[in-house]
Amino acid sequence: MAHQPPFSVRSRTEEENGSLACVRLLRRLPLGARGVQTTADTTQLHQAPSDASEPFTLKLHEDSFQTYNCPKPDLEVQVTKSELLEMYQQMTTMRRMEMAADALYKAKMIRGFCHLAIGQEAVSVGMEHGIEKDDRVITGYRCHPFAVLRGGSIKGVIAELLGRKGGMSQGKGGSMHIFTPSFFGGNGIVGAQVPVGAGAAFAQQYKGEKNCTFAMYGDGASNQGQVFEAYNMAKLWNLPTIFVCENNKYGMGTPAERSSSNTAYFTRGDKIPGLQVNGMDIIAAKQAVAYARKWAVDDQNGPLVLEFVTYRYGGHSMSDPGTTYRTREEVQRMRSTQDPIRGLQRYLEEWGVATEQELKAIDKEAKATVDAAVAEAKESPEPPVEDLWKDVYFKGTEPQFLRGREREEGKRFY
Amino acid sequence: MHPPSSTARRVLNGLSKHRLAFQRRANSTAVEPPPAGGHLPGVATSQLLRPTRDAALRTPGIKWKDEDNSTLGGRETRKMNTYQAVRDAMAIALAKDDTAVVFGEDVAFGGVFRCTMGLAEEFGKERVFNTPLTEQGIAGFGIGMASMGHTAIAEIQFADYIFPAFDQLVNEAAKIRYRSGNSFNVGKLTVRTPTMAVGHGGLYHSQSPEGFFMAGSGLKIVIPRSPIQAKGLLLGAIRDPNPVIFMEPKILYRSAVEQVPIDDFELPLGKAEVLVPGEDLTLVTWGTPVYHCETALHVLRSPSEELESLIPASVRGAKVELIDLRSILPWDMETIVESVNRTGRLVIVHEAGAIGGVGSEIASEIQKRCFLKLNAPVRRVTGWDIPVGLTYEKFHIPDAIRVVDAIIETLTY
Repeated sequence: MAHQPPFSVRSRTEEENGSLACVRLLRRLPLGARGVQTTADTTQLHQAPSDASEPFTLKLHEDSFQTYNCPKPDLEVQVTKSELLEMYQQMTTMRRMEMAADALYKAKMIRGFCHLAIGQEAVSVGMEHGIEKDDRVITGYRCHPFAVLRGGSIKGVIAELLGRKGGMSQGKGGSMHIFTPSFFGGNGIVGAQVPVGAGAAFAQQYKGEKNCTFAMYGDGASNQGQVFEAYNMAKLWNLPTIFVCENNKYGMGTPAERSSSNTAYFTRGDKIPGLQVNGMDIIAAKQAVAYARKWAVDDQNGPLVLEFVTYRYGGHSMSDPGTTYRTREEVQRMRSTQDPIRGLQRYLEEWGVATEQELKAIDKEAKATVDAAVAEAKESPEPPVEDLWKDVYFKGTEPQFLRGREREEGKRFY
Repeated sequence: MHPPSSTARRVLNGLSKHRLAFQRRANSTAVEPPPAGGHLPGVATSQLLRPTRDAALRTPGIKWKDEDNSTLGGRETRKMNTYQAVRDAMAIALAKDDTAVVFGEDVAFGGVFRCTMGLAEEFGKERVFNTPLTEQGIAGFGIGMASMGHTAIAEIQFADYIFPAFDQLVNEAAKIRYRSGNSFNVGKLTVRTPTMAVGHGGLYHSQSPEGFFMAGSGLKIVIPRSPIQAKGLLLGAIRDPNPVIFMEPKILYRSAVEQVPIDDFELPLGKAEVLVPGEDLTLVTWGTPVYHCETALHVLRSPSEELESLIPASVRGAKVELIDLRSILPWDMETIVESVNRTGRLVIVHEAGAIGGVGSEIASEIQKRCFLKLNAPVRRVTGWDIPVGLTYEKFHIPDAIRVVDAIIETLTY
């Protein structure tokens, strides 16, 4: 387990604010004070199961979490073999899907804006394994893996990116607006989704549902006024909202320290407690999400701010090479030492869950699945022109006609 | 060493293309994705642009703002596209006005459309700086600076994101002079933002929100159509003693290229420009649709084979007067009224939706003032009253065909 973290993490004194460990940077990195360590493979096997159907007991690295006014999650985690394999399969498939979208965009089949989550798979897959089917998730525009994992399909997402009828929003939304019954998108305006998430949580509480809502946003969005408005409402009314900050260190081209006076995003909830998690280690991610859910739903402690420290290898979107504001070496280093999929692969091989060949087979299968979905998506036709007028208003309550040219092209509904 | 001959250059270009193609096959990250700001190829051949120095120096309405008393012949121009012209305007403003600062999201490295390229290096990071991701904060902060006498040039990264700032702009910036009895004002505030559709922007990178701000009396709204216009109008806007929202059509950032005078000059706010004189119909528009209208006029005059049958011969000789409104608030009522009184017909083209759009304001004023001179109802060609669906963008924008159709309908009413 020899991957060195890129910086050593040490507390200056015992009296120092416990939630912010002092970081000594070994290399010049635009990272600022970072609480948790972000390697993907420092979880240790505590106890292998004697029987294949029994769960593994794992011990997370002690620097996987930093807390703010809440108890630390248990560092001992139980996972079954099938769950670990499922995590690996899902992360690999999501990465393949994002890479397929990358290729399609460069081939000019996907137009518009395309924000890929390559490198951040542990957050989406870890979240999926920590929550229930009926919990709600809402996020910003880096949403493709969530759309698939929350009940969507790869073909639905790719077809939506291509602007086809078979897409999950019938081709009218595109990359940023993909929805499922438990996933409220996919939102283009930065930060706008956070109060919406708080509102959804209110409804869950009001209806007595044993569920919560994960309102996700990034380090850039954390400075939006409406995020703080949502914090206040959630704490005031004790709403089961988990505010999830996916801190990938850059808000488009701006490093976190240059945009935020307080880069410890998990502390920005003021009276709302917070938890900072290593977002590159999927076991830690899953444990944090499960802890947050228990906090909000079972213990009814109200909202929690959950910060995942993660990284994206690509640029902000397909128009951004991603190298004008950070060095290629930094990206390469994160890719080679802290990749969540490679980290999980190490776990699986070292704990005897799967052999290299078996994992390669999963990789191949993931590629085949994605290729098949892409082919199917390409077959899907473009939406008909009549759909241009559909769903502006509730069917049957539209104004008499939506203006266009006076004669044929204006849409008369009745 | 001799420079390579043209043959050699062609061979080398061909080879490098092959190399690039090989790299493309082996490694897809070498391929450049298409530009986010879009590209409108038709603009390159537009007659409305001024691609020569002479034409550029004779731009109507130019007011030179430096002490250079040399004759017109002595002034230099440089080939620039719209984002370079915008950059040039801001550089001049920063150079001449010590209190001028430029701020917004990601402007320090050059901005997502390169409008602030190199400004931070040239003028310092204290004068050209990034803000956090907070539009409402940016607008409010700019208002505060301007009320202290600083020239504040704020950027909202896309016009679609201006809505969190709407309250600050309409409730604060527009009303400060009025409510304080002229003891305070924010005339030194200019808010720049890229606007209008590019063809693939989807719901939140394609909007034209100028209509929403028309009700903000106290604000001015300006929309340029080309590099010379952008530079002159932006300098005019920065120096105008009222808060101005300067909306730059993003598809024209790269598509429109002209010879732009490098000196300090301004173009007047509140005045429209007659681009093509005419007598049979007035066509009013601004921003990107200016070029669609130009195409429409060509199609009207000499339609292609497929369209021949659809355009009656009687209208082909019609002389349409094309007017670029340039300033949306306050809009040049005088020029439009004078024109419609002559022609008797008006067609207004804009990308925003029809309901409550700028065209509705213009149409109602014109019908009031020119009622007896009108030979046909005022016609608007606009985007549909729907969000801009991703795949539907080419149907959403008012293109040349729809404009031609409106012109014919109005001419034959």
